[in-house]
Amino acid sequence: MKRLLAIELQKIWQNKASKILTITYFITLGLVSLIASIEFELGPLKFEAAKSGLFNFPYIWHFGTYFAAWLKLFLAVVIVSMIANEYSYGTLKQNLIDGMSKKEFILSKFLTICLFALVSTVFIFCISLILGLKFSSYTEAGIIFSDLEYFLAYFIKLLGFFSFCLFLGVLIKRSAFALGFLFIWWISENVSIGILKYEIFNYKRGDDTIFDTIKQYFPLESMSNLIVEPVTRLNFVKSVGNTVGADFSKDYSVHPEQLAIVIAWIFIFMFLSFKILKKRDL
Amino acid sequence: METILKITNLHKKYRKVHAVNNVSVEIKKGNVYGILGPNGSGKSTTLGIVLNVVNKTSGEFQWFDGKYSTHDALKKVGAIIERPNFYPYMTAEDNLKLVCKIKNIPFTKVYEKLELVGLLERKDSKFKTFSLGMKQRLAIASALLNDPEILILDEPTNGLDPQGIRQIRDLIRIIANQGTTILLASHLLDEVEKVCSHVIVIRNGVTLYQGTVDGITANEGFFELESENLENLKLALQHFSQIEKIEKEENKLVVYLKSNLEPAELNSYLFQQNITLTHLVKRKHSLEEQFLELTKH
Repeated sequence: MKRLLAIELQKIWQNKASKILTITYFITLGLVSLIASIEFELGPLKFEAAKSGLFNFPYIWHFGTYFAAWLKLFLAVVIVSMIANEYSYGTLKQNLIDGMSKKEFILSKFLTICLFALVSTVFIFCISLILGLKFSSYTEAGIIFSDLEYFLAYFIKLLGFFSFCLFLGVLIKRSAFALGFLFIWWISENVSIGILKYEIFNYKRGDDTIFDTIKQYFPLESMSNLIVEPVTRLNFVKSVGNTVGADFSKDYSVHPEQLAIVIAWIFIFMFLSFKILKKRDL
Repeated sequence: METILKITNLHKKYRKVHAVNNVSVEIKKGNVYGILGPNGSGKSTTLGIVLNVVNKTSGEFQWFDGKYSTHDALKKVGAIIERPNFYPYMTAEDNLKLVCKIKNIPFTKVYEKLELVGLLERKDSKFKTFSLGMKQRLAIASALLNDPEILILDEPTNGLDPQGIRQIRDLIRIIANQGTTILLASHLLDEVEKVCSHVIVIRNGVTLYQGTVDGITANEGFFELESENLENLKLALQHFSQIEKIEKEENKLVVYLKSNLEPAELNSYLFQQNITLTHLVKRKHSLEEQFLELTKH
């Protein structure tokens, strides 16, 4: 396992583009902390991020993981190109000839995305912790270490997304096309959800059970369902919502069955990647 | 002798093309094999199959008597197929270190092999800055990193300039002299004739000949004779029963033999008959001529 990771990290780290993207990703993740300095006035409402309750434990876990997950696109580029390059340089072939098995090849890529997801999780935990300790109104250990399941959700969410990217790289072989396909997939998933919602199930407010059950199995949808948007959970937003008459009662917690769906997708993507590689003549 | 690779009844079918048709080959330790075949004859496909990058349709192949799984066996093999494949953004040294990691061997041989192929001074240059000849030599260095049991080279001199071809050929000879088993696929016949002890001839996926180089070129050969009067010469030659046929080519006679005839014997007999030769050569068909003969439709 250490050998496979060492191989893969050398490939990524010595590639200037991948290195820069990876560093940019972590720097940008770090910049999330700058949100603390946001201050603006909205008519009679004065908003100061640091004092708004954004950084209160355990809310910050939810908030931090939700927004940090957007940055995963940086790593998507790295992951797709780390696969596509192997095809275009002919090094996939050479690696196999040099004595790597196809299984090891996929495994080395998978271990790398696990590492990416893990480091991201640890990184965002540290940043959130620092911000929280600085700005949170509550700093009792019991409160700090509650709701940590958001990090599990974050980790699985990243891993799921990265697995999808890896699979697309293996399938499509060209990074630009794979990223394009990812974008098209995202649009078509939303379109088909829309069609399902309004055409097939004639969605009306209130009766959404069958539709929601189906919807949660779509790959990208299942990943985004892992962490529900945290904005409407803020007291500040809630009070604005109440004044305009919107109701934001939602379930913000992480659900084990949602995790299970994404984990299933990870298995499917890895299995298919392996099958494709195995079947292909290189 | 130890068997390194055994291929039995190997087939590969692409949709319409039967690229490899019932190929059976046995590679023994210590020999230098040449695989000959026109372009598209199935050489590279066969090598691709045993090297784990192309899936076979049917048949078997076995490395080292099946002692290891294919990918573990390949760690003991050095192979370059078609063009040199490396990471363009890495230096020569880093590329070789990566291969070491894949083969699970220490980095100790990296410099030694770079030295062998004459690239030690360029170890810190990125692969993408290399000329084709240098890339090909780096590929050979990489294939030798583990001191392989067998070195497989597929068209190693393709696209190289004369100096490059010479360097690669010299390298192959050095490696062969060290006792490494080599499998060299090429359509450059003099290349094969010069370095190989055994040949395998493939056309349209079918093996046509398999055996020693001497075996394929073994024939009694022929004489080229010139004299003042070709008619008299032809008449005098009737004396020899070893002669199969005589052909006239421009101003010389080509005399084909069915059994051995020494040039001295021929010459002294003709001299006794008062025929002086202005030109006498005894030749054998080269591998090239034999090959063209074999692969003729």
